[in-house]
Amino acid sequence: MAANIPTNAPVHGTPTVPHVEHDEHLHHDEHHEQSFLTKYIFSQDHKVIAKQFLITGIFWAIMGGALSSLFRLQLGWPESTMSWLTPVLGKWVEAGKLNPEFYLALVTMHGTIMVFFVLTAGLSGTFSNFLIPLQVGARDMASGFMNMLSYWFFFISSIIMFSSIFIETGPASAGWTIYPPLSALPQAIPGSGAGMTLWLVSMALFIISQLLGGVNYITTVINLRTRGMSMGKLPLTIWSFFLTAILGLLAFPVLFSAALLLIFDRSFGTSFFLSDIYIAGQALNNTGGSPILFQHLFWFLGHPEVYIVIMPAMGMVSEILATNSRKPIFGYRAMIGSLIGISLLSFVVWAHHMFVTGMNPFLGSVFMFLTLIIAVPSGVKVFNWLATLWRGNIRFTTAMLFSIGFVSLFISGGLTGIILGNAALDIQMHNTYFVVAHFHLVMGSSAFFGLFAGVYHWFPKMFGRMLDEKLGYVHFWLTFIGVYLVFMPMHYVGIAGFPRRYYAWTGFDSFSQFADLNKFISAAAIFAFIGQFIFIFNFFYSIWRGRRATENPWNSNTLEWTTPVIPGHGNWPGAIPAVHRWPYDYSKPGAEKDFIPQNVPYSQTQSSNLPNERETAE
Amino acid sequence: MHPSETLTDKETGTGLHPLRLLLILLIISILMMFAGLTSGYIVRRDEGNWLEFDLPTGLLFNTIVIAISSATMQWAWFSARKDNLRQVKIGMLTTLALGVLFLIGQWQVWGELVSNRVYFGGADSNPSGSFMYVLTGVHGFHLITGLIFLVLVVVKSLRYEVHSRQMLAITNGTIYWHFLGALWLYLYLFLLLNH
Repeated sequence: MAANIPTNAPVHGTPTVPHVEHDEHLHHDEHHEQSFLTKYIFSQDHKVIAKQFLITGIFWAIMGGALSSLFRLQLGWPESTMSWLTPVLGKWVEAGKLNPEFYLALVTMHGTIMVFFVLTAGLSGTFSNFLIPLQVGARDMASGFMNMLSYWFFFISSIIMFSSIFIETGPASAGWTIYPPLSALPQAIPGSGAGMTLWLVSMALFIISQLLGGVNYITTVINLRTRGMSMGKLPLTIWSFFLTAILGLLAFPVLFSAALLLIFDRSFGTSFFLSDIYIAGQALNNTGGSPILFQHLFWFLGHPEVYIVIMPAMGMVSEILATNSRKPIFGYRAMIGSLIGISLLSFVVWAHHMFVTGMNPFLGSVFMFLTLIIAVPSGVKVFNWLATLWRGNIRFTTAMLFSIGFVSLFISGGLTGIILGNAALDIQMHNTYFVVAHFHLVMGSSAFFGLFAGVYHWFPKMFGRMLDEKLGYVHFWLTFIGVYLVFMPMHYVGIAGFPRRYYAWTGFDSFSQFADLNKFISAAAIFAFIGQFIFIFNFFYSIWRGRRATENPWNSNTLEWTTPVIPGHGNWPGAIPAVHRWPYDYSKPGAEKDFIPQNVPYSQTQSSNLPNERETAE
Repeated sequence: MHPSETLTDKETGTGLHPLRLLLILLIISILMMFAGLTSGYIVRRDEGNWLEFDLPTGLLFNTIVIAISSATMQWAWFSARKDNLRQVKIGMLTTLALGVLFLIGQWQVWGELVSNRVYFGGADSNPSGSFMYVLTGVHGFHLITGLIFLVLVVVKSLRYEVHSRQMLAITNGTIYWHFLGALWLYLYLFLLLNH
């Protein structure tokens, strides 16, 4: 497979370590040429798969952003005629007005695309794939084949979701949470016809893709760490990807169960979620179902899902902040502990999405209590990020700016989480734009900033070239300012009671006073969306024309920077480096340089060794 | 794993081979799926409007069949460890046959349910019956994946790639098969106690 990589490992010998059973891979023939197809398309190389995820993710992000610009047009200028959109939207524009049901479809697809296809597959899929083997010191994932399947399941799922946008009855329109009965009955809304079926099929394939990827990430972290890389020496990126994969492994199968039951309700006449429904003057014969049951199953995934989105961003931000502050991450163990804390809590708070379902107030207060505890590990993380920055020798690279932006957005969005976690307050706010503003800041924009930070930071290792810094600065400031201009006013209209999910609010006098603010939010959103094209230009231009990168452009400590500028399949041409120290030896007193990579033994750094490390060196 | 990857210079992990760990993680994901379905079952049952019916008698027979198939699988595994290659093939083929018999038995159970007027969907159906079909059906689907896994191991054994020094494939197959048996046992007891 990798005929061009000389290896000094005893490939054909029988391994003699105790924890290995007979390794059948070792008997494979590895001398065959790679064609274009196996190298770039059906590749089993984790780095190529990562780039596949990234580019598919970028495609989906443009789609998701474009859809949101469309519905922001409607919300900002509800009275205007939109016939100029007819060439794009066709019959969804009726007499110059956006079709109300299509508006709901736009919102649904925006949510689905952003949460699942961009911030789960695009973020985790890209960076877990790219960084796990490189940073733990492995030649590839535990199963390259399953890893390849993971991408192609995602690809097929993408094709199906994309094609659902173009069918006659329109894509799924019941919100990204697809609550029945709206999602279960084609009579309820056109989007619940074929569009919803395609949505469910697509998501089922997506879940399979996530599981295939996730089991690989976990196994690689546990089994393929290089010599010396104990769990206590792992970079925080790996800890976050590892815990994210565990969350996915436990949460996604439950969503699969829910989707399966919904498929049966829709297509096979069962009544898991349907009961006593009159629609269009007709009584349906479904009895005995419970729509609340769906919400429980959905949010048992749905809540861990928001941590699946944010935790990889947290890990990458921790790494980038430490590297560019030229300081060790503050509270390494507390960072791991808080990630574990967030992971555990994520499974016991799901019903805080359901305070308005008429649940028992006592149960509500239990979930409220558990929810508010999440503020503790989140607070630990924020404190540690700020303490890492404190008096650091900060290098304002684009990745660093996005990381600092991440911390800012996470604080702003997290504060309103404390408000919404209270059942009494949530019941007031639940149906307003306050909730929209909250989660767009704390998980949407934050995770996007983590994604951008990761791309700017690891682009040199992915493509061997640098992204342009000046364009990066412009991109950062447009995005950062744009995000706050969109979501800060949105909090205000939310508190004032402006309802979410409404296609048009012009019929209500009490909401007309928000017309100006809505216009402002829409203008800012479209402005921020257009700003992203600077990044897209920078990205594709730099792949071919960017400044050439060195092996370790950021003077970073982790193992991926010990590989060649463009690592081949197998990552290291020679032996995999062994690890001797934690990944955050920046600006160590007495050291020659302000960074000491993980593979440098203590015996070579006598001048900077601490008393306990001197013993290790001898 | 990359073909040139050796497990000799790795930090000691769980002591499990990567492929073994992959299998265990996949088993956990299947468990979570059934945890979702059975907890949904309990929540839904407590809400009332629940059709009570007698479990089909065929289920007991099928449970016995799948229990025996676990035993023959284990016998094949012991034979492989003793390098008794003929018995490996006999054991595995018997397991395969019993697995197919179990699936046929489950199909008969569905027929029995229909004749008892317990339907999957439609106007006369009730979630209690629908859940019965879903639990058996989803388990049956996973049993088919187990059969495919076993066929792959049988093919390996025909190529003399299963013996006392190459136990990875047959051990993984055995673990998965026992898991499917245990899962069925759990579902059967669950249905006995909660139907």
